[in-house]
Amino acid sequence: MSDLHNQTEIPDSSERRDFLKLGALAATVLAPGVMLYGIANSRPPEQGASSKLRWGMLIDTTKCGNGCNTCVTACNTENGLNGKTGPQDSQWIRKVNIKNLSNGFEHDLPMMCQHCENPPCVDVCPTGASMKRADGIVLVDRHICIGCRYCMMACPYKARSFVHEPITDQNPEVPRGKGCVESCTFCVQRVDRDETPACVEACNANGQNAMIFGDLNNPESEISKALSGQASVEVRADLRLNTGVRYQGI
Amino acid sequence: MTEHVCLDKQDCKIKAFWALMALGGVFVLAAMVAFFHLEHTGHIETGMTNQIVWGLPHVFAVFLIVAASGVLNVASIGSVFGKSLYKARAPLSGMLALAMLAGGLAVLVLDLGRPDRLIIAMTHYNFKSIFAWNMIFYNGFFAIVGLYLLTLMDKKLKNYSKPMGFLAFFWRLALTTATGSIFGFLIARAGYHSALMAPMFIIMSFGYGLAVFMVVQSAMYRWNDLTVDPNIRRRMKNLLAVFVGASLYFTIVLHLTNMYVAKQWDFERFILLEGGIYTKLFWIGQILLGGIVPLILLFIPRSQASQKVCFCFMAPLLVILGGFAQMYVTIIGGQAFPLELFPGFAETSSFYDGVAHAYSPSIWEAMLGMGGIAIAFMATIIAVHALKFMPQDDLHILQGRRSSD
Repeated sequence: MSDLHNQTEIPDSSERRDFLKLGALAATVLAPGVMLYGIANSRPPEQGASSKLRWGMLIDTTKCGNGCNTCVTACNTENGLNGKTGPQDSQWIRKVNIKNLSNGFEHDLPMMCQHCENPPCVDVCPTGASMKRADGIVLVDRHICIGCRYCMMACPYKARSFVHEPITDQNPEVPRGKGCVESCTFCVQRVDRDETPACVEACNANGQNAMIFGDLNNPESEISKALSGQASVEVRADLRLNTGVRYQGI
Repeated sequence: MTEHVCLDKQDCKIKAFWALMALGGVFVLAAMVAFFHLEHTGHIETGMTNQIVWGLPHVFAVFLIVAASGVLNVASIGSVFGKSLYKARAPLSGMLALAMLAGGLAVLVLDLGRPDRLIIAMTHYNFKSIFAWNMIFYNGFFAIVGLYLLTLMDKKLKNYSKPMGFLAFFWRLALTTATGSIFGFLIARAGYHSALMAPMFIIMSFGYGLAVFMVVQSAMYRWNDLTVDPNIRRRMKNLLAVFVGASLYFTIVLHLTNMYVAKQWDFERFILLEGGIYTKLFWIGQILLGGIVPLILLFIPRSQASQKVCFCFMAPLLVILGGFAQMYVTIIGGQAFPLELFPGFAETSSFYDGVAHAYSPSIWEAMLGMGGIAIAFMATIIAVHALKFMPQDDLHILQGRRSSD
């Protein structure tokens, strides 16, 4: 019996080992792929951004809390900014307090890159480092930015920052570098995996619900429905830049 | 005995030449130290911020570039308009143009956030960008003016000097138009967006360039124990006065048109009345010292006996000083005035919205800027020392034409 048991056990143990080996091999080969797929499940990297989409943001300033800085903090955390506010520090999003000069009414709103359809920063950039993706997100190609700062001169929204000193502890998904210009990317790394920008997520999590992010080209999207239902404005609409960020309540 | 004195004098001049080279070298060295320091630490060590993004280096660089195109005007008047007085000065004018452009561009490049990517700036062009066009114009300027200089200095190529002179003239006009447009095309900024920027930069380049030329010419003549012929001095000072007057005219028109536009009132009040250092530099530096005083010095009535006093060194020197003040007011004053995002609202934020932006240039920026002047200075004294750039005037012809010019 014992012999029989031993006879049957030996091939059994070998098969199990083979199965485990195969399993380990498959896990080694496939796991990174599965992980990568998880990071970028909306579209493969080689596909590129689609011009069928136009990402935009709607900010309801009546819901934006005076003194609330949640969106700014979330942006800093997501993009690896240190949160300092000296004149040489980067600020991708800032809270602006505006006070009506005729009646004294005050309220706050977040201001960042407006992701214009006709961005002046892209027009003036000598090397083409300032660029607009097919889906309307305005970015800086960190590989060819020479740090001339002409885009900062041209931006009507003061949305761009120049990196004045070496940077440590970066978020690997958001490469930044001394001597280059940078600005809000709509958290492109998150958008590409079908998530909303960090500021929007944080604003909603905080219960403010002042920011909606979505596809302006899709009439069924939440942002399109909100825009078609209420009046909204572009900041410096006189410049006719057709901004991707719109405001309500100003 | 005479020969001995001359030899001594020559010896002294060579020593003086090396002393000047050493002086220029010290400033170039200082600029290199500043460059490597900033390359290591980043622009955190400068006074430039996310509000004042172009600072003192740009004041030096743009002045040198604008004056470089203007100094070529002397050659253009000779080659394009056939004035023999200026034709004799064409080589010096062309050489100065190249030297100053080299100095200006060096500052511009050394101040980049990523100067190591200069090759990218030379290989990636966004043709919608006026800045990219400027790079093409700068490089073309070196090539065209270099060839033009060859045709002026090589007798075998003399026949080509006129067409090359024409090409250089039109190229320099395009270059300064593009330089002025760097500011003119900034649609959102109250201090810049104006079609007047391009022609104003051209007329200012005429003034600054001629002023630099006159200062260099005076120094060269003094170096060689010569004096500039009174006829030549008279005509050049009159031309400088025309350019200074025209620059003042454009400045007045720019501010008057701004004052007519209600949304520009705050900016005008800032520059003309309440802008602190910018207001002072505008009125005292640009208008008074760079405009009115030189005009008085150039046109002050003098008796026949005192005709020798021409202020042909002092007046252009003041024009140059006024030019730096103008660049400071234009470049830094234009940025110091806050962008208006919400008309009718007062704005405040952690990013300094709604307030006039402060700027204190650091020593590193001054070192970089002075390095640009030093590069132009050294290139000039080497060229003048090694080649024949001293104007060769035919005074008889000049006197004969006195009434016609």
